[in-house]
Amino acid sequence: MTATLVKEASPTPTAGAGRTRARRTRRRGRLVALLFVFPALLLLGALVVYPVLFSVGRSFFDASGTRFVGGENYAEMFRDPATLKAIRNTTIWVVVAPALLTGLGLILAVLVEKVRWATAFKLLLFMPMAVSFLAAGIIFRLAYDADPDKGVLNAAAVSLHDAFQGTSTYPTARARDGQGLTEAADGSYRTSTSVSPGQAVTLGLVGVLPDDLPESAEPAYPAAAREAAPGELRGVVYLDFTPGGGGEQGKVDRRESGLPEMKVEAVRAGKAVASTTTAADGSFRFEGLDDGSYAVRLPASNFAAPYEGISWLGPTLVTPAIIGAYLWIWTGFAMVLIGAGLAALPRDALEAARMDGANEWQIFRRITVPLLAPVLTVVFVTLVINVMKVFDLVYIIAPGPVQEDATVLATQMWLVSFGGGNNQGLGSALGVLLLLLVIPAMVFNVRRFRRSQR
Amino acid sequence: MNAAMNTVRRGLGNGVVQAFLVVVGLVWMTPLAGLFLSSLRSAEDTAKGGWWTVFTSPGQLSFDNYSALLGNAGISQAFWNTVLISVPTTVLVVVLAALAGYAFAWLDFPGREAIFLVVVALLVVPVQIGLLPVAKLFGQLGLFGTIPGVVLFHVAYGLPFAVFLLRNYFAEMPKEMLEAARMDGGSEWRIFTRLVLPVGRPAIASLAIFQFLWVWNDMLVALLFADSASQPLTVALQSQIRQFGSNIDVLAPGAFVSLVVPVVVFFAFQRHFVQGVMAGSVK
Repeated sequence: MTATLVKEASPTPTAGAGRTRARRTRRRGRLVALLFVFPALLLLGALVVYPVLFSVGRSFFDASGTRFVGGENYAEMFRDPATLKAIRNTTIWVVVAPALLTGLGLILAVLVEKVRWATAFKLLLFMPMAVSFLAAGIIFRLAYDADPDKGVLNAAAVSLHDAFQGTSTYPTARARDGQGLTEAADGSYRTSTSVSPGQAVTLGLVGVLPDDLPESAEPAYPAAAREAAPGELRGVVYLDFTPGGGGEQGKVDRRESGLPEMKVEAVRAGKAVASTTTAADGSFRFEGLDDGSYAVRLPASNFAAPYEGISWLGPTLVTPAIIGAYLWIWTGFAMVLIGAGLAALPRDALEAARMDGANEWQIFRRITVPLLAPVLTVVFVTLVINVMKVFDLVYIIAPGPVQEDATVLATQMWLVSFGGGNNQGLGSALGVLLLLLVIPAMVFNVRRFRRSQR
Repeated sequence: MNAAMNTVRRGLGNGVVQAFLVVVGLVWMTPLAGLFLSSLRSAEDTAKGGWWTVFTSPGQLSFDNYSALLGNAGISQAFWNTVLISVPTTVLVVVLAALAGYAFAWLDFPGREAIFLVVVALLVVPVQIGLLPVAKLFGQLGLFGTIPGVVLFHVAYGLPFAVFLLRNYFAEMPKEMLEAARMDGGSEWRIFTRLVLPVGRPAIASLAIFQFLWVWNDMLVALLFADSASQPLTVALQSQIRQFGSNIDVLAPGAFVSLVVPVVVFFAFQRHFVQGVMAGSVK
């Protein structure tokens, strides 16, 4: 800038006529140059620079814009629970998302170099960058649905849970009063009278939904008729209900079904000493029990309400859930940018380290990461700037009632200014806060540019 | 022996890496696949079970939702609005930024460096800060709630990056080339159209694609500046979100239509797009 000023201040004196012509050409040149930049500068001035100044000014006035309130809006920002929540959530976003993304991008960029289909993989991961936040929001609203029959994430969570914890087979089943089974406080059932090896019991339940009855279930009648061998405690668990009517309560009728896959325990002195699972006809048997009196128990896990998965979009998890959607969109960006940096690394440094017997992890820690530091910084800074301004995803993914738990600065600014809040003083202050937050990035950009021009 | 062991170990390690990346790839594809399959199912089927049930009963799949969408006047209008917003914005940004970028790179005018530094500083200004003042301004000019208003706002906020990108690209041109053209007596306009624009094609292509996708995908700006007659697809779909679940047969195909255009553009011009995004980092 100084250079130009000096140049302009001291025109080289030449012969009179040439000087005038030179000056005229230069003036004409300047006019042309101004014509070239004018449209862009007009729009930038009117729609970017002026609004920034206007917003700064407006932020010192009250909601209606008539009364000067000084820093009141900025103080209000830290008093109002909703804006405080927004500041807190934006902080979470800024602390968590860029670091996660840079780390994930780095790991994937390093790993993908080792496979032959690297390009296809990069394309696949980068593609979400082309998808609008709105579409991504709808995609993840769908994926995060609380109902495991709709949301794929909860479907996965439930099947994982059930694989480890087992399903509760008969959530609605119960025993009729006075039919030999007593319910305990924890929801389990046990025989009302004690039994001992050599005896057979029939345990009738009702209230099983047709859908819950496995297709493999067989009638319990034949098994119920079987006598117990000596030293054996046996019995059937059956559905005490004859389809289409008839049948006698508390008795295994011919057409009544056994209840398969029911967990059964033999309990002695309050402790389960043996456990088994019923067969297709509902029968079970315990062998090798010591003599004495036992109770047969159907543990509560048979009747537990089914696991419903995780409330992704509930008040506590909504922000992490939206950050997850954000990762889906931006990981490819981080990976591709870091990958480009990786490709530019000096090969000989890596080779030399390999020759010296360094393992992959050491090379990664000691050579790759330090050499990549400038690229990692650029990726990180870019992400921080973008994360601060996140709007659409939060606006779309957080369901109405949870909106206030998920709110961030950009959505709050929207709500306060246009979405019913109608406080343009506070809204402007929030806009200015957003601007203040990106000023370090602004300085970083200007510095980097000036350095590159030297 | 040792070398063989190492090869085996490396092979094993590579197998683990491959498996891991395959899993990551599948995870990345699942959300999109889920949306696509959901868009082919009726609302009743969706209420009964997840999209993955189509693997066991593929009879649920049909294009009915899409033909219904075609018949939905609001959505078709919104689709055209999206085109009418993104195409002019892209053209305007490219033209204005190319003109300004050339001037900043090669023409002499007072305050050139200082003004360009301001442009660099404007790179990161969040659009949020412009919403309120520009809404007032457009209200006075009669542009509020119109497509030209949305376009102008997008152009203004796309310009800093566009000017920055093109100025830097043009500045790399060899000085001799321009001087030779000037010696031949070409006017600046002629030099600009005949020399600078053709040379700048790669950068212009990256910029155009990046800008097009950015505007196509925008929701925030249109949410404020467009009215119900000029709203783009994103806003039209957004207004249906409140009944999420019951109208998934509109939302899912609508979202899919809205993302098909950018994804096709992305795959057709991936290199330009990636370059544009990379140049735009720290925006």
